Amino acid sequence: MLSYDIEIALRGFGRDKVMTALMVMAVALGIGASMTVLTVFHVLSGDPLPGKSQTLFYVQVDPEPVREYYPGVEPASRLTRFDADALYASGRASRQAIMYGGSVAVHSPNPKDIPFYANARYTSPDFFSMFETPFRYGQAWSAAAERDRENVMVIGKTLNDRLFGGRNSVGRTLQINDTVFRIVGVLDAWRPVPKFYDLYRGSNGQSSNYSETEDVFLPYSTAIGMGLKPNIVLCVGRRPSGMQETDLAAPCTWAQLWVQLNTPNEAQRYHAYLESYSDAQRAAGRFERPNNVRLRSLPQYLDFNNVVPRNVRLQLLFAFAFLFLCLVNTGALILAKFLLRSAEIGTRRALGASRRAIFAQHLVESATIGLVGGFFGLGLTVMGLWVVRQQPVQYADVVVLDWSMLALTFALAISSSTIAGLLPAWRVCRVTPAFGFKDR
Amino acid sequence: MAGAPRLFGPPGYRGAQRLSPHGEGIMEFGPILSSLRRNKVGAALIALQIAVTLAVLCNALFIIEQQTALSRAPSGVEDEASVFVITNRWVGDSGDLAARERTDLAALRALPQIVDATVSFDHPLGGPLLSMGITLQPDNPRSGTGAAVYTVDDHAIGTLGLKLIAGRNFRPDDIVVSHGFNDHYSSLSGVVVTQAVARALDPGGNVLGRTVSIFPGAMTAPIIGVVDRLQSSPFAGDSPFAARSMLLPLLWADSQIFYVARAKPGQLEVAMTAARNELYRISRRRIIVGMQPLSEVRLESYRGDRSVALIMGVVCAILLGVTAFGIVGLTSYWVSQRQRQIGIRRTLGATRGTILRYFQSENLLIAAAGSILGILLALGANLWILRSIALARLPWIYLLVGAIAVLVLGQLAVLWPALRASSVPPAIAARSA
Repeated sequence: MLSYDIEIALRGFGRDKVMTALMVMAVALGIGASMTVLTVFHVLSGDPLPGKSQTLFYVQVDPEPVREYYPGVEPASRLTRFDADALYASGRASRQAIMYGGSVAVHSPNPKDIPFYANARYTSPDFFSMFETPFRYGQAWSAAAERDRENVMVIGKTLNDRLFGGRNSVGRTLQINDTVFRIVGVLDAWRPVPKFYDLYRGSNGQSSNYSETEDVFLPYSTAIGMGLKPNIVLCVGRRPSGMQETDLAAPCTWAQLWVQLNTPNEAQRYHAYLESYSDAQRAAGRFERPNNVRLRSLPQYLDFNNVVPRNVRLQLLFAFAFLFLCLVNTGALILAKFLLRSAEIGTRRALGASRRAIFAQHLVESATIGLVGGFFGLGLTVMGLWVVRQQPVQYADVVVLDWSMLALTFALAISSSTIAGLLPAWRVCRVTPAFGFKDR
Repeated sequence: MAGAPRLFGPPGYRGAQRLSPHGEGIMEFGPILSSLRRNKVGAALIALQIAVTLAVLCNALFIIEQQTALSRAPSGVEDEASVFVITNRWVGDSGDLAARERTDLAALRALPQIVDATVSFDHPLGGPLLSMGITLQPDNPRSGTGAAVYTVDDHAIGTLGLKLIAGRNFRPDDIVVSHGFNDHYSSLSGVVVTQAVARALDPGGNVLGRTVSIFPGAMTAPIIGVVDRLQSSPFAGDSPFAARSMLLPLLWADSQIFYVARAKPGQLEVAMTAARNELYRISRRRIIVGMQPLSEVRLESYRGDRSVALIMGVVCAILLGVTAFGIVGLTSYWVSQRQRQIGIRRTLGATRGTILRYFQSENLLIAAAGSILGILLALGANLWILRSIALARLPWIYLLVGAIAVLVLGQLAVLWPALRASSVPPAIAARSA
């Protein structure tokens, strides 16, 4: 019986070619637009460290003057060096990455090349294990190297390809600014999306949240020793003339601290520790404000920073409005198509077809429209994503269709055309049986 | 007739008894309404399509307008195509940066292709600048206004071609050295503000000569000059902050600086090459990270917005197409369904024009109902966007233009099926009825 229903449905699908083509086109356009934007959204809002992100936490305390304080105010997004160093030194977390970003002049081993600037991250060795960076060659520097401010470095794949043709460069040296560094590790391709460990948003919503990872990784202590400047600084108080923003006493926030806390219990204890740290700092006269700490897990941190760009959220809204329109459109056309054969349905009803069967057959026919529309929609999605990759956006290279999105394309196409067909199918199944055949 | 399909009608309904035989009136709403009552679902679907189309269209057009208005906002810089920006980074231990910058600037100004040159820690059109508070009330840091900060020397106003509308430019002895953010001055010998800042500080009065405090840091300075316009951020659009900027007499000595130079008319290319060679001749302990005319910086800054506007435009076009096809499809169906009735009317003396007008009026009625719903939807969508993504409120003119657009679209889409209807010959009806 089911196969008979399907056969009837398929035969129905094949009739009124122009109208059917219009319906398939409408479904395809709606699916193409919404799946393109949905895929972009899916990629951009993804979890950069699945399974682990819940255990990583971003630390904030509040060193700002009490003048502009009000309860609930968001503390500075970064830490002063004093706080970052003190919290790091306390070693209360199972793993911790202290860090800041900057840029350095890289001198190519070939003396004929002019030096160039590369983005750099100054951090502690746990950075690599906490964030599961893939190593191509070598490994992170040791805790001892960190403590002794050794001139060692890890470089990214892009830089290794550029300077060493992708060969194992562990043990080679590179001049960074005026200092010679020894390479201890080379990363493999590493492109977390978003670049979660250093989120930043300018006043216009522009950010580097989807940029590529850095090319140069140096020990935090070594970078501080060299006086390397942070790329984002917010000074929250006055400092004496001549004091550098990287000085230990400078009231400038630019350092970041990530900690790994494996259980909710650990997280709770760490939060309590931040409170008691703030108490101590206020007692010492460094902090003015009431305790104002944040310990956001990585997912909370991404959420709080609203990483998905405004334009993408806007496009998502428009794409779904468009899909809805295409469905109403398809619904109207399906209705017309079904009602055109009212006479035939009346006859079939008279010959004993149940309402249920008529309803089912027409619903299957609607689903078939969705299935075929889904195929064309998939093509449009692939084209749409190609267009997105041509755009001047940081995430251009990571926007690709994955299996889950592929499955969703068909699920969405079939379910939406079935929904569009509900009302028409209900309408035609109520056609009264034709008991006389006088004029047909 | 007993077995004839009753397509939309209630049981027992037989045909065209409600059609007026002559129908000379332009708008025959009586019969249209009664016919629509029998085609409820189809009419509702068309109205819904019109509504959604209108809602999307209004908001999309509004966003396109906003994005393009953003990229048209004037920077305040005279003849952007002649001004270029050199991004200079010092390599390694850099020594006395202020002295090196003065040497560079003197050499740039001496080039025959260059009119003037200056140095700053930022430049117009590149992105949002550092913003600081400026107020006439030193005890109240939160009063006054925020304004973008340009650190400049005495050549900036000339190089950028800003219009000084009151007061004077900086003099060489006004300029002090600032090593990044590491120096702190409690007072400066003067500050130049834009007219927008002057108005924000004192809407009616004259600010020239009055002392302002600049926060954070509570730095004081008298206002010595007012310039007509200088953009605070290329992304501020027409917000009140867009033109609020101030020039501070600080020679910015830091690891990264921007030299801004104005080339003589028509000599931009040669001036850029000459500047690069000259800077590398003076010292190779630097990296010229980038060199671009401001006109190019402008293009790059707004590239993302332009592509959004383009995508929105394409979506709108497809949207209108889909809606039009939907109307054509459903109306065609109605026409074929009502062939017999149309034939009867033709037999009874209705002209082709009457039939044409009938379908046009019917569509107008549906589209009008859809437009009313659409206006509500558009406002709702705008409210949602406003709350979650923060754009401006939708001006009513978009609703009006959008409504007219969908009404015209409906009329055009229905034209072909209506023409087909009007060409139904009277004879068909006579035969089959």
